[in-house]
Amino acid sequence: MDLSVRIGSLTLRNPVMSASGCFGYGVEYADMVDLSTLGAVVVKGLFLKERDGHPAPRIVETPAGMINAIGLQGIGVHRFVSEKLPELRARNATVVVNVCGTSVDEYAEVSRILSDAEGVHALELNISCPNIKEGGIQFGCSLIGTHDVVSAVRKVTRLPIIPKLTPNVTDPASFARAAEEAGADAVSLVNTFLALAIDVEARRPRISNGMGGLSGPAIRPIAVRMVYECRQAVKIPVVGMGGIMDARDALEFMIAGATAVQVGTANFVDPLLWQKMIDGIGGYLTRHNIASAMDLVGSVDMTRRSH
Amino acid sequence: MQHLFAASQGRVKEGTGGVYPNRDCYTDLMPFDVSATVLTNTRLSHDYNVLALAAPQVAAAAIPGQFLMVKAATGHDPLLRRPFSVFEILRDAAGTATGVSILVKRIGVSTELLYAAKPGDAVACLGPLGQPFTLVDPPAEGWMVAGGVGLAPFWTLAEALVARGVKTTLFYGARRAAELFYLDFFRTLGVDLVLTTEDGSAGETGRVIAPLDRALAARPADQPVTLYACGPEGMLAATASTAAAYNRRCEVSVERIMGCGMGGCYSCIVPMKSESGGFHHIRSCIAGPVLDAAQIVWD
Repeated sequence: MDLSVRIGSLTLRNPVMSASGCFGYGVEYADMVDLSTLGAVVVKGLFLKERDGHPAPRIVETPAGMINAIGLQGIGVHRFVSEKLPELRARNATVVVNVCGTSVDEYAEVSRILSDAEGVHALELNISCPNIKEGGIQFGCSLIGTHDVVSAVRKVTRLPIIPKLTPNVTDPASFARAAEEAGADAVSLVNTFLALAIDVEARRPRISNGMGGLSGPAIRPIAVRMVYECRQAVKIPVVGMGGIMDARDALEFMIAGATAVQVGTANFVDPLLWQKMIDGIGGYLTRHNIASAMDLVGSVDMTRRSH
Repeated sequence: MQHLFAASQGRVKEGTGGVYPNRDCYTDLMPFDVSATVLTNTRLSHDYNVLALAAPQVAAAAIPGQFLMVKAATGHDPLLRRPFSVFEILRDAAGTATGVSILVKRIGVSTELLYAAKPGDAVACLGPLGQPFTLVDPPAEGWMVAGGVGLAPFWTLAEALVARGVKTTLFYGARRAAELFYLDFFRTLGVDLVLTTEDGSAGETGRVIAPLDRALAARPADQPVTLYACGPEGMLAATASTAAAYNRRCEVSVERIMGCGMGGCYSCIVPMKSESGGFHHIRSCIAGPVLDAAQIVWD
């Protein structure tokens, strides 16, 4: 039974990755979780420079989910390379860095710096953060913007590039196609759903930024549908995420068409979920006599309906 | 206890260059994640209860000021854990740590569930987490300043200070007399009590800052005292400015909406003064919850 999966030129030891913004820089968890056992560690989004992000409160819990507007607080790409990457390397982690930018040039420059650093295995392009004024989702909500960012990064790196797509568009699959045409090796989705929670007594938003991004099990069925649609639309691999809490949820995404999955909000609830999830996927493959995790990808039969 | 405390002081705090060079120290303090059985649920009032949890590993490792992330529900709603200071360390007759308790104030869905919890129930409990209080030695005195549920970290701190021979005082304010809890415990331990209530039903009428200010004013500058505060944000800010006015060190245990307790989500930030004159955000789960009040940018 082979749990490994391929994303472009990169082979992951298993399909389970941490989701950006939900696992710090990985090192925060390194003494509790053996980082080398994850398919990949996707670290928090990085701009060229440090950012302070939004004031508190930054999150609010909602039914079976949470809304966040962190504002991409981060240490910037240079400090990441000098302070965090050495430990990730020493821990033998497969590292995917989430790349942010307020301009096409910034995405390219951050990507170039990371390509020159030792120990970065792939780049995820954050063109889908709903919580910052400049950059992020403004590229991810425009087919031309998506194409421009991916093409610009493609010119400066040989690392696999994985644009992370927003669900806040009518047809995410068209954005997957735009990314594929611009040279992306895979796409990941979904980022969070733009959402609003209001303090009814005070009649004001419950987080400082007003609106934020909804994550958690509440969004999972919509995310599964979008992953399925993207899988049908492109030949490159799809990395699926959105409210995955356990192995069964991860399997649902893979069967819908995800070659790998990312786990975000669930890590807040259970930081020791990783081995349970990886073992659960392996147990499923064994039980169903499936030789390779790759054989499971996109195996849903939509002509057969449960009844 | 001593060993762990020493290790924690060597642990590199956020923003000082990364944890990797001190990985061994970090490892010593990594938290346990346990399914803890509820031993007792003591209802102190209509709003407050103390939940005793069987969690020997957590209890043995916890030091004053640290906290736990507790998940009240077993399903997805409520989804996230909630942070609670370690209240008591429970011990058996031989003195071995067997569990911890948390002091809970009923304010939302999770605390509602914890108020209703029954002995035998299991709750997911991750800890101990975060940076502890800095313990002083005689002749310095330790003055603890608590507001309401902010009493929570001071049971273990009082025990630790008294064990070191430190003269310890608790300034404790609540809405009314019925919400001043465990006074006999602190008295028996030898802690001096200064009480205030907003309705005047016990102690001095008003807020706890007034007697604190008078006490600091009366204290000669050459007699060292460190303040420790936990409570509502306004009380913490007032304690910080009062401490600063008398040039006394003050550590505060802050409470923030917290997603994970591990540094993963960046929700629980506190603005801290930067050398450049601006501010930077630290994560209060890993750089705190105990912070130097003089370094916080108060609103």
